[in-house]
Amino acid sequence: MTRLRAMIAKEFIQMRRDRLTLGIMVGIPIVQMLLFGWAIQTEVKYLPTVVLDESATSSSRELTQAFANTASFRLVGYVPSRAELDEALASGRAKAGIVIPWSYARDLARGREATVQVIVDATDPLASQAAIAAAQAVGRVQSLRQLEQRGVAVQQPVDVRVRPRYNPGLRSANNIVPGLMGVILTITLVAVTSMAIVRERERGSLEQLIVTPLTRLELMLGKIAPYVLVGYVQITVVLIVGRLAFDVPITGSLWLFYGITVAFIVATLAVGLLVSTLARTQQQALQLSFFFVLPNILLSGFMFPREAMPEVAQWIGLVLPLTFYLQILRGVLLKGLELHHIWPQVVALVAIGAAFIALSTKRFHKTLD
Amino acid sequence: MTPALSVKGLTRHFGVVVAVNDVTFDVAPGEIVGLLGPNGSGKTTTIRMLCGLLAPTQGTAQVAGVDVTQDPELVRHRIGYMSQKFGLYDDLTVQENERFYGSLYGLTRKALTDRIAQVEAFIGLGGRRHQMVGTLSGGWKQRVALACAILHQPPILFLDEPTAGVDPASRRLFWATIRKLADAGTTVLVTTHYMDEAERCGRVAMLHGGNLIAIGAPHEVAHFFGEGMTLEDVFVHLQEQTGEVA
Repeated sequence: MTRLRAMIAKEFIQMRRDRLTLGIMVGIPIVQMLLFGWAIQTEVKYLPTVVLDESATSSSRELTQAFANTASFRLVGYVPSRAELDEALASGRAKAGIVIPWSYARDLARGREATVQVIVDATDPLASQAAIAAAQAVGRVQSLRQLEQRGVAVQQPVDVRVRPRYNPGLRSANNIVPGLMGVILTITLVAVTSMAIVRERERGSLEQLIVTPLTRLELMLGKIAPYVLVGYVQITVVLIVGRLAFDVPITGSLWLFYGITVAFIVATLAVGLLVSTLARTQQQALQLSFFFVLPNILLSGFMFPREAMPEVAQWIGLVLPLTFYLQILRGVLLKGLELHHIWPQVVALVAIGAAFIALSTKRFHKTLD
Repeated sequence: MTPALSVKGLTRHFGVVVAVNDVTFDVAPGEIVGLLGPNGSGKTTTIRMLCGLLAPTQGTAQVAGVDVTQDPELVRHRIGYMSQKFGLYDDLTVQENERFYGSLYGLTRKALTDRIAQVEAFIGLGGRRHQMVGTLSGGWKQRVALACAILHQPPILFLDEPTAGVDPASRRLFWATIRKLADAGTTVLVTTHYMDEAERCGRVAMLHGGNLIAIGAPHEVAHFFGEGMTLEDVFVHLQEQTGEVA
């Protein structure tokens, strides 16, 4: 216990003296939060749209306006021919094109089915899906209005009402920003401890250290403990930025959130520690940390829902602390979940942390060969 | 009297290279033994094996009554070690380093404070206690390193080129301190390249290509290689054989 305490005290003194690193550890999360929180938006809005209006009647103009009134389409111009519409899509000047045939107004007037074509650039499925849904909605609304005008009773036999719970405005920031908090913490915390052992090795202090009775576990825990505090400072900073800059709701208990966070911080620091025992130089440690970052972004459920991934990819996600922390973050912050909802995630984080600490301890030898 | 250090057939291979080959010697308590030899002769490897930092390929060593191949952890409690490369923390003060290392050896509170004061007085560190180690000169750094190595009063002290790159006055002071430690009963095994330092050892062990080729009082070892030879002559002779002279 004396030795562990000495180790922690020493790490604290060194951390305090290294003002630049300390500044980086607090400053980087703020900058990243502001930059990415603002930049990453998954709701695709205002697709540049061109219109080929062959009908050129008041009803076709009314329809065009209906499209423009949705948040999905932004009219950038009319095109005189099909060829020019294709050209606009191909060149990227437009992401969507609306074709209203010459027969549109006539068919409406005669009570026949009038067709309208919406062409969407689907190279990015995410961007096109919103436009497709919006176009269909426009079609439904227009149809109902037409029926109404003809004096038909407009009551849908089946009325499906979707209620988006926990995020009624469907703001992607509510999903992205808490996720981003987790990602930023993962990156900085792994980077911090990935240097821990290897820096001692490069500076030459490791040899002097391992000739003392300090045990391997004491060394590992001593390296982690001070950075738990750093992790808490970071989580507080990103939480404040998320709340003030992005209006992320804090629905659940902050106490619960803070309490659980320790499991995530320790688990993530332990990952960095393992990196530190694997690497021989600080440069290698840095490269290994980078290698670890990408799966966290792509497989943890931050960018893409895990449910959509093949099973193997889902398994890989299960060793990433971020996977579970994201569920906790979104669960507690957005849904106001209680401990009894999320204890499996907490258990998983504790298990991952313990496993990585054990692995690092086993990997590390108090010898020079 | 049981020896403080008893080395038997100690051997270490690095791949195909034999760094230390079947080295055997004993050191009595309170003795200062110098390990001499050209670069690459196996001095550092020998010391590292005795500290439990490297596992011997063959052979054993009893260090302060403990078999280092059986229980290296217990050996660590009973030895002090100064590595070749300065191993303390540059971004801690003298006293912070001392407190850290003292605590690692289980000293706490008053015992730690008292012992640090004692060692600082013994080595003459008092004036620098709040100075950042990184800003100290080579000679001072070595003294701090020695202080950290003896806080827990180890019966055996391993010093790997403790005075490399240190000015003559500091070297003399350093050796005076070593002498005092030995007189108080500490066993010292020290490697050096300085022949004047070798002369201060009770006995010297000459290593060459991983083999222990001679051990005895400094003048005996010199004479072993020829009448009228000095240790320096022997050293230069061996180094020429190794082809290490630039």
